[in-house]
Amino acid sequence: MGTVLTVKNINVYYGAIHAIKGISFDVDRGEIVTLIGANGAGKSTTLHTVSGLLRSKTGDIEFLGESIAHTAAHKIVAKGISHVPEGRRIFQGLTVEENLQMGAFITKKDRIEHNLEYVYEQFPRLKERTRQIAGTLSGGEQQMLAMGRALMSDPELLMLDEPSMGLAPILVDQIFEIIQNLNKAGTTILLVEQNAQMALSVAHRAYVIETGKISLSGTGEELAKSDEVRKAYLGG
Amino acid sequence: MKLLTNLISGLSLGSVYAIIALGYTMVYGISKMLNFAHGDVIMIGGYMSFVMSVYLGMNAWLALLIAMFVCTCLGILIERLAYRPLRGTGSLAVLITAIGVSYFLQNVALLIWGANPKMFTSLFEGVQPIRLAGGSLTVTAESLFTIAANIIVMIVLTLFVNKTKAGKAMRAVSEDNGAAQLMGINVNQSISLTFAIGSGLAAVAGVLMCSAYPVLTPTTGAMPGIKAFTAAVFGGIGSIPGAMIGGLILGIIEIFARAYVSTELADAIVFACLIIVLLVKPTGLLGKKISEKV
Repeated sequence: MGTVLTVKNINVYYGAIHAIKGISFDVDRGEIVTLIGANGAGKSTTLHTVSGLLRSKTGDIEFLGESIAHTAAHKIVAKGISHVPEGRRIFQGLTVEENLQMGAFITKKDRIEHNLEYVYEQFPRLKERTRQIAGTLSGGEQQMLAMGRALMSDPELLMLDEPSMGLAPILVDQIFEIIQNLNKAGTTILLVEQNAQMALSVAHRAYVIETGKISLSGTGEELAKSDEVRKAYLGG
Repeated sequence: MKLLTNLISGLSLGSVYAIIALGYTMVYGISKMLNFAHGDVIMIGGYMSFVMSVYLGMNAWLALLIAMFVCTCLGILIERLAYRPLRGTGSLAVLITAIGVSYFLQNVALLIWGANPKMFTSLFEGVQPIRLAGGSLTVTAESLFTIAANIIVMIVLTLFVNKTKAGKAMRAVSEDNGAAQLMGINVNQSISLTFAIGSGLAAVAGVLMCSAYPVLTPTTGAMPGIKAFTAAVFGGIGSIPGAMIGGLILGIIEIFARAYVSTELADAIVFACLIIVLLVKPTGLLGKKISEKV
């Protein structure tokens, strides 16, 4: 299998606030790994640190055996990490197609066509709306666009931040099905979710983050059964 | 006929404002800062062209190209040295720095070229104005060329931001700097490119303006800079077509106010119109409503 991502003892601050307090975890090739935890626990901050938008004061982040802790965010994408940020953050004023083109910003020309087909295959809804301004899409379609955009760069590791946020239950099911399909097709996935039940049901392994620290870890199944997790995150 | 003559002068002046306003609006769009030194880049463009054509006897068009090149480099340099280190520190620090850069450029010009006005030679030295309708309508070559230049700049720029990869990247960075980085877009490069384009256009505006009003002093850029900034806000700051419409309307209002109301009050009327537009539509004519992130 081999390890794709290793995060070693990272500490992240927002000014004086110590948001991440020595988090370490790893993701193996082919896995779905999820980070669950309450609002403000530091899940999104962790993803932002991996993708280079935030910096850790200590420790190291290794991707495919190479340290990326000091690599600029726009270069980390080229190494094979795609980050779908919280709130989707698609380019609202650009068309669906232009958003996907931005996702392929660093992709080699001969791969773009292939990746575009793959994205349309996964998200047929997007294909019907290529010329539509992205800001006018529904919430679910925007989430699909954000994920499609991230797939345009051929990522080895796809990081998804709260893909279920604000979506109707039927759409949540659909999105999670797509996540599993992508994983089966070979993409390693690091998933951050508040919807712990959903996340644990698809994850191979999971980490629970509490106020900037990892409090528990195990397989998705183990954690779903654990009393602590059930009380705190699964409503008993 | 007087009306038509005034309209053409207004369009010509407005075209200069529009070209300058583009620099303000594009830079604001991408880095959310007001580059108050932009007006002084116009002045430097004027002086560069003056030095090349008068001191070195160069062809006026070649001088324009060199002025564009110098201003492009100057714009990149200003962003790199003065603004980039302050990115993320809050808009007030950047605003004050921009004002500082503005005074710095004016004083450098004062040091090199002195306070005495220089007589600028027009790009169209010796070209006769075109007389139409039995001589009652006179159109100068400067006016015609300025209006044409504005149209060309708008078309090229619109194609650039909508069709090219670098242009789309600029729009992406304008919308969401962080998400753009996650796409692999080098945000610094995009911002540099924006400053380069804006400053290159400032040189064009400077030369066109000095061709029509041929007096050059170190503060030449200040007033047109403020007016063009007004035009950008008028049209909706951040919007490229807005800059064009804002510039043209402002130019026409200014010339008409001068011709039919009062020369002294012209500027006051221009700014009064800005205030009225902002009261009615705070985002400017074509300004986008900033969508809140959920």
